Amino acid sequence: MRDGVGVRVARITVIVVLTVFTVVPLYVMLVSSVKPLRDVQGAFTLLPSAVTVQPFIDMWRTVPLAQYFVNSVWVSLGASVCSVLIAILAAYALSRYRFRGRGGFLTMVLSTQMFPGILFLLPLFLIYVNLDRAAGTSLFGSRFGLIITYLTFALPFSIWLLVGYFDSIPRELDEAALVDGASPLGALVRVVLPAALPGVAAVTIYAFMTAWTEVLFASVLTTTETRTLAVGLRSYATQSNVYWNQVMAASLVVSLPVVAGFLLLQKALVRGLTAGAVKA
Amino acid sequence: MRSSRTTAVLAVLLLVFGITACGSGSSSSDGKTLTYWASNQASSLDADRQILQPELAKFEQQTGIHVNLEVISWPDLLNRILAATTSGEGPDVVNIGNTWSASLQATGALQPFDDATLAKVGGKDKFLASSMAATGAPGQPPAAVPLYGLAYGLFYNKKLFADAGVAPPKTWQDLVAVAHRLTDPGKGQWGVGLEGASYTEGAHFAFMFGRQHGAQLFVNGEPGFDTPQMVAGVSQYVDLLTGGVVNPSDAEHENDTEMLRDFAAGKSAMIMVQNYATAALKTDGMDESQYGVVPIPVPDPLPAGGAKVSSHVAGIDIAAFANSKNPDGALKLIDFMTGVDEQKVLNGKLGSLPVVTQAYQDPQFQTPLIATFRGVLADAAESMPMIAQESQFETLIGTSVKELLAQAAGGTKIDAAAVQAKLTAANEQMRTGG
Amino acid sequence: MSLPATQRRGRVGGPPDDPPRRARTRRRRIPAKRWFPYVLLVPALLAELAVHVIPMLVGVWMSVQQVNQFTLRNWTRAPFIGLDNFALAARLSSPAGQQLLRSFTTTVVFTVLVVVLCWLLGLAAAVALQKPFPGRGVLRTLFLVPFALPVFTAVITWRFMLQRDTGLVNRVLVDGLGLFDDKPFWLVGPNSFVSLVVVMVWRVWPYAFLTITAGLQSIPDELYEVAEMDGAGPWQQLRRVTLPMLRPVNRVLLLVLFLWSFNDFTVPYTLFGAAAPPDADVLSVHIYQSSFVTWNFGLGSAMSVLVLAFLLVASAIYMLFSGRRAEHA
Repeated sequence: MRDGVGVRVARITVIVVLTVFTVVPLYVMLVSSVKPLRDVQGAFTLLPSAVTVQPFIDMWRTVPLAQYFVNSVWVSLGASVCSVLIAILAAYALSRYRFRGRGGFLTMVLSTQMFPGILFLLPLFLIYVNLDRAAGTSLFGSRFGLIITYLTFALPFSIWLLVGYFDSIPRELDEAALVDGASPLGALVRVVLPAALPGVAAVTIYAFMTAWTEVLFASVLTTTETRTLAVGLRSYATQSNVYWNQVMAASLVVSLPVVAGFLLLQKALVRGLTAGAVKA
Repeated sequence: MRSSRTTAVLAVLLLVFGITACGSGSSSSDGKTLTYWASNQASSLDADRQILQPELAKFEQQTGIHVNLEVISWPDLLNRILAATTSGEGPDVVNIGNTWSASLQATGALQPFDDATLAKVGGKDKFLASSMAATGAPGQPPAAVPLYGLAYGLFYNKKLFADAGVAPPKTWQDLVAVAHRLTDPGKGQWGVGLEGASYTEGAHFAFMFGRQHGAQLFVNGEPGFDTPQMVAGVSQYVDLLTGGVVNPSDAEHENDTEMLRDFAAGKSAMIMVQNYATAALKTDGMDESQYGVVPIPVPDPLPAGGAKVSSHVAGIDIAAFANSKNPDGALKLIDFMTGVDEQKVLNGKLGSLPVVTQAYQDPQFQTPLIATFRGVLADAAESMPMIAQESQFETLIGTSVKELLAQAAGGTKIDAAAVQAKLTAANEQMRTGG
Repeated sequence: MSLPATQRRGRVGGPPDDPPRRARTRRRRIPAKRWFPYVLLVPALLAELAVHVIPMLVGVWMSVQQVNQFTLRNWTRAPFIGLDNFALAARLSSPAGQQLLRSFTTTVVFTVLVVVLCWLLGLAAAVALQKPFPGRGVLRTLFLVPFALPVFTAVITWRFMLQRDTGLVNRVLVDGLGLFDDKPFWLVGPNSFVSLVVVMVWRVWPYAFLTITAGLQSIPDELYEVAEMDGAGPWQQLRRVTLPMLRPVNRVLLLVLFLWSFNDFTVPYTLFGAAAPPDADVLSVHIYQSSFVTWNFGLGSAMSVLVLAFLLVASAIYMLFSGRRAEHA
């Protein structure tokens, strides 16, 4: 079908406006990262007075960026892997079985999404620290504590989405496997999961992103050794100076892997959201 | 069978993951180690570490006690201390902003420095009397001892002053007049630079200028923010902007970076800032010979009941946590850090003022610049109210000032009634504990 | 929260010969033991209990205690003061109550604006990119970048652009286009609200775009063909086919956007610091200031509980009106 002029104009307008809206801040980030400090401190200029890669070198020294990066990768990977495993199990139960408390469970999981972080931040911290006294292992200041925290942040959405996704996979598939003698978990692993891969990918990315960008809890629950990037980037602003160009350079560098990963999996993400979102 | 095996595998996977991901971060308590949280004083956290680490190595050599150093940025420090307070799990020794001392004292988390304890770190008389006043509520054993001294000064651009043929102001009226002379918006040049969106700065100036007009912020624990004296003090600050000698854009400056940069670039002729700014100005390309510092002038004649307050007693204190498993070691470290030798080294490198009298004999602290700051700190400084609700006071007053400046910058007319209204609301909130 | 009780009933109570009643006949072949689904839920349940439910209950408990600098260290033995914190937070005649109300109104307006704008932009972009054309993949990728950036980075860049004297925004609006005579403030004063909305939308709209794109893919082409044969133009197709078919997607999307915007802390905090301008003083920052900055955790908790109550009621009403179907999925 052919589009009329009006439609084409509208489409091009939408695309141009949104592209500009998206690109301008990205450009500012990019160009600032190659400017000398003096440049970024003055009025904004479209082009740098001199191109320098110094910010990309200095940024590793000003703050322990590499350490933060490793922490973030650990925490985000840990949280996303764990939350996806847990969400798969829960979603399988919710999609394939009818049992008492099912509705209650769904309601509870979804309402946790509404808790204002401020409300349970301090109590959570206290629990983590007191666990140290009780059990001898500290969740405070450890990556593990952060992983547990973040995995629950992603759970409600992940479960919700996966239930929708599993529902869209014909039950005949896993029933056939069961008839062939597979256990329910065997059916899940060998039949349902392969069919649900896009959904799983979507959920993994969501969980990863949640952990990767969280600031409030990370700022209270981490120490210098376990600090994540999202919080650590703040350290470029010190007592008496803000290293704008290094902030931008560091931001670019730490964003690259995430943006790349995100974009590589974009197709799976779209497909994953399709079934899940539509069904949920 | 199969199902339980898969479940088991999953469970083991989760467990293994959990254990390997689990970091161990607990400190030992054998009396040979200490955990020390230092605040960010230098140009970066790393710079702080490089300054402190060799000194702590000296300490280890002298005492055999190893110090685990963690430099914590200002936005995080209070949260970390709060966390340590509520949980009882914290460092042994910690730096605190000295305005926090009474609040932290109220929590009971810090080891009180009664006379016996004070004796272990060299006694009360080792420290500057004014700095010692900002270590906790009056009448109680201090919660901390001073570590680094800071004071406000009026920095002025020598060249701009010489070109205009004016002398550094001696009275507040002088300052305003000079500021008008030096303001030329067409050239992008302003008389005074401000850090308008910083609520802590706002609180400091409201306090200092309020005191110059004779305001009592707390009488028997009751707040008196909206007295005519306070209104006059706050107006004195805000009038700089409404009077047209401050670039309205300064109202959005949330930290001092922009203010210092404008000053270094000659865009503002004067700034009121603490002495740590000397280091930052150097990075901004302004040499010490290019600016002069005088005490922030007070109105002349001083309003009835007013005090000659050119600064609050600013600075950093050092304290020991009450929960420390190595209290003796903690006191040793505090004694070391506040010792004459260390005070010379540390304050020299950090650009702050020694808090022990003896250290000033060192030639590096006998420059005119340091003499000015030392004079302010010793003779013309009062400590912010040392009350448990200090942070509340600072937030309420500071936010009011910030909002007034923002309104003024946006073109709203700010008169005494407008100031009064804001301060009354803040006062009411302070009174009800809101 | 009702779960622990319900689940105990499900596990312990109930006669053993009671088959899963609601199960349809063809699913009876799954040889499920009655406890099996519960086992699958245990990890999720434990995690939610440990990190959300129990701490939340502790938070609710704190809201009826006087937890401040005097009692913080022994917070378990803080004095019980009943509903005093709530009274203080909600008394509209006091400055604190007025500020909370203003903050609440700001947050609601902010949330509604962000949700609507994100949805509109997301829909516009998804529809504009619905049909393949060269460069579509690149554009899709580009539009997703803001969502993938660390929040701090994104917001700090905007802060940089919004500065009055040195920022790009005023250079374009004032120097370039001449829209204003005097350079406006974007980080203090009334405009700070506009800035907050714009920055939040910039960050979150890609999520709406992504979800709606996904939703569009599940609309069969035949529907459009039929509509076209009926003589429906592109606008009518949008109204008669696309929008109705997107309804289930929208239901979830709008709720997620609503909760994100309402509870978001990082964006306003990074943009304005702990003391936000009154015009942009959203609840998350307001409560953070009441608890973490001024150390009145009891009052902060009481405010949070009020917010939670509002969110629960609002979401429940929303779910009711938009047709809840998770129960009988």
